[in-house]
Amino acid sequence: MSTFGDWINKRFPARELMREHMTEYYAPKNFNILYYAGSLLLLMIFLQLLSGFLLMSHYVATSQDAFNSVQGIMYDTKWGWLIRYMHVDGVSLIFILLYAHILRGLLYGSYREPRELLWIIGYVIYIMMMGEAFFGYVLPFGNLSYWAGQVITSIVHAIPFIGPQLATLARGGPGIGTATLQRFLALHVVLWFLIIAALIVMHVMALHQVGSNNPDGIDIKKHKGPNGVPLDGIPFHPYYTVKDLFGVGVWLTIFAAIILYAPTMHGIFLEKNTFFRANPMVSLPDVTPPWYLAPYYAMLRAIPNKYLGIGVMGLAIILPFFLPWLDRNPVRSSRYRPWYRAMIIIMGITFLVLAWVGEQPPLPKYFLIERLGAAIYIGFYLLLPIISSIEPTRAVPERVTK
Amino acid sequence: MRKVWIGLLAAILFAGNVGLAHAQTLAAPKYVFNKATVMKGALLFADHCSACHSIHSLRYERLETDLGMPKAQIIKSIMLSSSANFLKGMRPTMTRTDAKTWFGIAPPDLSHIVRAQGQRWIYTYLTSFYQDPKRPSGWNNRLVPEVAMPNVLAPWGGIYSKDGKVLHKGRLSPGAYRREVADIVAFLRYASDPSYFKRHELAPYVLGVLILLSLLAYLLKRNYWRDVHD
Repeated sequence: MSTFGDWINKRFPARELMREHMTEYYAPKNFNILYYAGSLLLLMIFLQLLSGFLLMSHYVATSQDAFNSVQGIMYDTKWGWLIRYMHVDGVSLIFILLYAHILRGLLYGSYREPRELLWIIGYVIYIMMMGEAFFGYVLPFGNLSYWAGQVITSIVHAIPFIGPQLATLARGGPGIGTATLQRFLALHVVLWFLIIAALIVMHVMALHQVGSNNPDGIDIKKHKGPNGVPLDGIPFHPYYTVKDLFGVGVWLTIFAAIILYAPTMHGIFLEKNTFFRANPMVSLPDVTPPWYLAPYYAMLRAIPNKYLGIGVMGLAIILPFFLPWLDRNPVRSSRYRPWYRAMIIIMGITFLVLAWVGEQPPLPKYFLIERLGAAIYIGFYLLLPIISSIEPTRAVPERVTK
Repeated sequence: MRKVWIGLLAAILFAGNVGLAHAQTLAAPKYVFNKATVMKGALLFADHCSACHSIHSLRYERLETDLGMPKAQIIKSIMLSSSANFLKGMRPTMTRTDAKTWFGIAPPDLSHIVRAQGQRWIYTYLTSFYQDPKRPSGWNNRLVPEVAMPNVLAPWGGIYSKDGKVLHKGRLSPGAYRREVADIVAFLRYASDPSYFKRHELAPYVLGVLILLSLLAYLLKRNYWRDVHD
């Protein structure tokens, strides 16, 4: 290559990195539409960084001015509405992609040996993302922000012994105010974001260590050509880079259509109560979390006892960590495990129902749905060790199918 | 299988339409939302509402830059408050302290009212006043009982009793009156989301370019993948 290239590569392993992670990283050739989610998540997180940086240049983190500064961005800052809608709608789109990405992992057994760490790192990213979303959610200091901040920090309050002190630490005082906004801003843009970024790097490194799974859940490295390249593998670059480029085009079209035509998505991506200024005197009849956190909120409400409710929610959040060891079946992909596939479909639908019911006002008529939903969601993980060891499987092909 | 995923994604994205249905049985204003109705609404707002209500976030200037309203008309017909400044947010004619003394509560700023309550709510609210001698203002409202605001539009829309009987006919026919209220709602909708017209003007170009890029990317992908055999 060029002398300039040589000069660089003597000092920085650009070519080596390119080879290792792109041109000589062999990915299975049978990826389907769900495999776009990973690269799109990288893109969306970069766009959040960009729009977040621009937002922060105009945002004032005080209880007095936060709401006005955000409205100033919407009304007076040049292209401010675009920046804010990008950031707000970006969150919902990131969670859609995250759920698609997680569903993909469940469907094709991507969490199984040897990808346990890959799954765990990814799941930690998801949990960190929930925190990141929550911190960001409080910052505009609409009335929903205020009460959501109250409700979530009071979960911390329930921790035995140190809870009250921890809640005061989280809020920066007895209530939600300027100190809360300032520490949430610091958490949102510095600490949490850096941890997430580092975890994403680890996630990709872990993936490239073990290699990508595929919809058939079989190991492509078992069948290698004479040159040592898996027969069913193709170099990530250029094949998947051009394919992902197409995915990026379609995704940005969807993203732009949402921003330009339905930026609040009928109050789902940007809730109505965020347009009222934060007011400790006006409590909201029903503080519901954004849609992507609602399933957990529904499970929290399922048992009307603070500690038991938090316990159920905590269990629902923690159980997926053990998934690689809960699944006892030798076959990975649900394509060849009809029972497992049925379980995932039931669990997926339950999750959507929980998201819906979590947005409803806390009425007794929803109790049954909440409890049933929580039981099914947790039951999926608890029953998996038993069902996966007795379920019938179909014949798994040797080579990947189309 | 692919169709199922796309369908699922679409279902999640547009679930909002379903979720909305349960909320309230509010009447929808019948109007075409465009710059003309918004400008008509702005003039009506200035006449009937701006004595008490501010639109703090919206600068008068925006009516010129967003809607193309002549500056002279804005100054003459919209900037009625003595402290109004063309480059600053829309102000009410009366002071906050006076308003508080007269109504018991300062009239709210209406910058985000449509985003917060929805246009159907505003429209239904404005058309739900009835005469109630028990109230200090003489007015009550079916949607917001005991509201402090009097029915300032009564001379045009007429006076109704609680069960909907006409006590006094207004100057406008019911149809014309409803159109005027709808125009006010149109203006408030614009005021709480002034990027609306710009977004809709940009959309075809932005989406056109992105679709074109996606198409080119697809052709590129197909070309590269020609040698990947199953």
